[in-house]
Amino acid sequence: MDYFLELFLGGLTRGSIYALIALGYTMVYGIVQLINFAHGEIYMIGAFTALIVASVLTIFGLNSAAILVIATAAAIVYSSAYGYTVEKIAYKPLRNAPRLSPLISAIGMSIFLQNYVLLAQTSDFLPFPRLIPEFAFMEPVSHIFSSAELVIVVTTMVVMVLLTVFIKFTNIGKAMRATAQDKTMALLIGIDVDRVISVTFIIGSSLAALGGVLIANHIGQINFYIGFIAGIKAFTAAVLGGIGSIPGAVLGALILGWTESFATGYVSSDYEDVFAFALLVLILIFRPAGLLGKSETKKV
Amino acid sequence: MENILEVKGLTMDFGGLRAVDSVDLYVKPKEIVALIGPNGAGKTTFFNCVTGIYTPTKGDILVNSNRGGVRINGFKPNRVTERGLARTFQNIRLFPNMTVLENVMIGKHCRLSAKIFGALFRDKKTRAEELKAAQECYVILEKLGLEKTCDELASNLPYGDQRKLEIARALATEPKMLLLDEPAAGMNPQETVDLTHLIRMIRDTEQIAILLIEHDMKLVMNLSERIYVMDHGQKIADGTPVEIRNNPEVIKAYLGEDIDA
Repeated sequence: MDYFLELFLGGLTRGSIYALIALGYTMVYGIVQLINFAHGEIYMIGAFTALIVASVLTIFGLNSAAILVIATAAAIVYSSAYGYTVEKIAYKPLRNAPRLSPLISAIGMSIFLQNYVLLAQTSDFLPFPRLIPEFAFMEPVSHIFSSAELVIVVTTMVVMVLLTVFIKFTNIGKAMRATAQDKTMALLIGIDVDRVISVTFIIGSSLAALGGVLIANHIGQINFYIGFIAGIKAFTAAVLGGIGSIPGAVLGALILGWTESFATGYVSSDYEDVFAFALLVLILIFRPAGLLGKSETKKV
Repeated sequence: MENILEVKGLTMDFGGLRAVDSVDLYVKPKEIVALIGPNGAGKTTFFNCVTGIYTPTKGDILVNSNRGGVRINGFKPNRVTERGLARTFQNIRLFPNMTVLENVMIGKHCRLSAKIFGALFRDKKTRAEELKAAQECYVILEKLGLEKTCDELASNLPYGDQRKLEIARALATEPKMLLLDEPAAGMNPQETVDLTHLIRMIRDTEQIAILLIEHDMKLVMNLSERIYVMDHGQKIADGTPVEIRNNPEVIKAYLGEDIDA
């Protein structure tokens, strides 16, 4: 039973991280119908920023909780700036182009950012300091659920609630929903659609950066390539849940997390990805729009 | 400039096709003006140029907003809306997955000052502003008789009410002038009569000008103070309903030429 619980909680942790990244994919898709393949790289840049800031702050001898907060904040700001700029440079000029063009531009951006970090930093794996402290009250269960995992799950849940409130009740959230439903009409009733798109990219990038810092802290090492794998997985989660749907992304991420975790635990860690992507294939065959997605009806 | 909208020599080309050919038009404050013409005459293209969806090839569009007279050619649609022009569409374009009240609140968006900071931290000023906006939107819904459906999803409203809701949303942007693209399309005769009263009521209570495209001649003749007629992209006539009714050019455009004549 303990083993099952451990796998379940492990899957929950994985799923939480995937959810943070998948939200960026799904929100951007909802608003501009673009798969932002550079999103995984934003996550990786977040992790690198946090590592650099944390290393500097360690020299000054701050305590690890303070370092964690400052490093995360820095990662969020820096990644948001990247997300914002990528949209302005690579996607905005192509907004009225055929849908394939921004997609190719996104893949180009992804490759560019990976190689930029590779050149500017290093190709080696860098150790990431463990900044999340071990809580005393977690001691009895620490063999199946660590403090770091608890922080990841709780942070993700808080962020989800905040995001839901933001989108449901604030003006800019309403403007985002309106833009997703009908961009021209949104413009006509006075919504600055360019600004809404920028805000969407900033929010998506912030969430990805947060995910990047949390996972790097949990796994303990990063390199320039982590964004690719995480990006593909999060993208899978978003498609699983129905791309464009926010609750769908979270649901898809959790299902993916559990699938991987149980596959690793009961079959073999070699089969982790096999199960994850087999699930994707099955969903695409039987529910092409994803679990919570609405199938698009095209007028002919 | 005393006209609320003044269009001079507006021309719109799509490649080799001239959809609108040097059209002049003006609307005075609190006036109801109709734009009529056979299908494909360029009426909707004209609307799209005025509201910023298309940038006209030639000509001037001048708006007398509370910030003075401005040339708005090539303004993005949201800037045009800020200058006090609001429009509805021929086919209904509500936000289907939002409630009735939310649809109207979205119209208020451009009049709210709240920025991201306020939205995130929900300070007193933001909350007060949102509450005031919600109340104002409710008043608009009351005026159009939609207040009972406030929390319904827009897509669940009956057709006639969806049309009204589009007008409510346009009113929420606090326009100086309302552009209605075939507001009576798909309505039965009774609904059309109601709509006529509604449009007149809006003009009287809100003190705004209305420019409408419509094919229902009964509505046009009952409602409008002046009428413009377009055919093949050109303005062929303008004047009062009586003048238009007796204008041979207009009759020709609608019915074709008599073979004997």
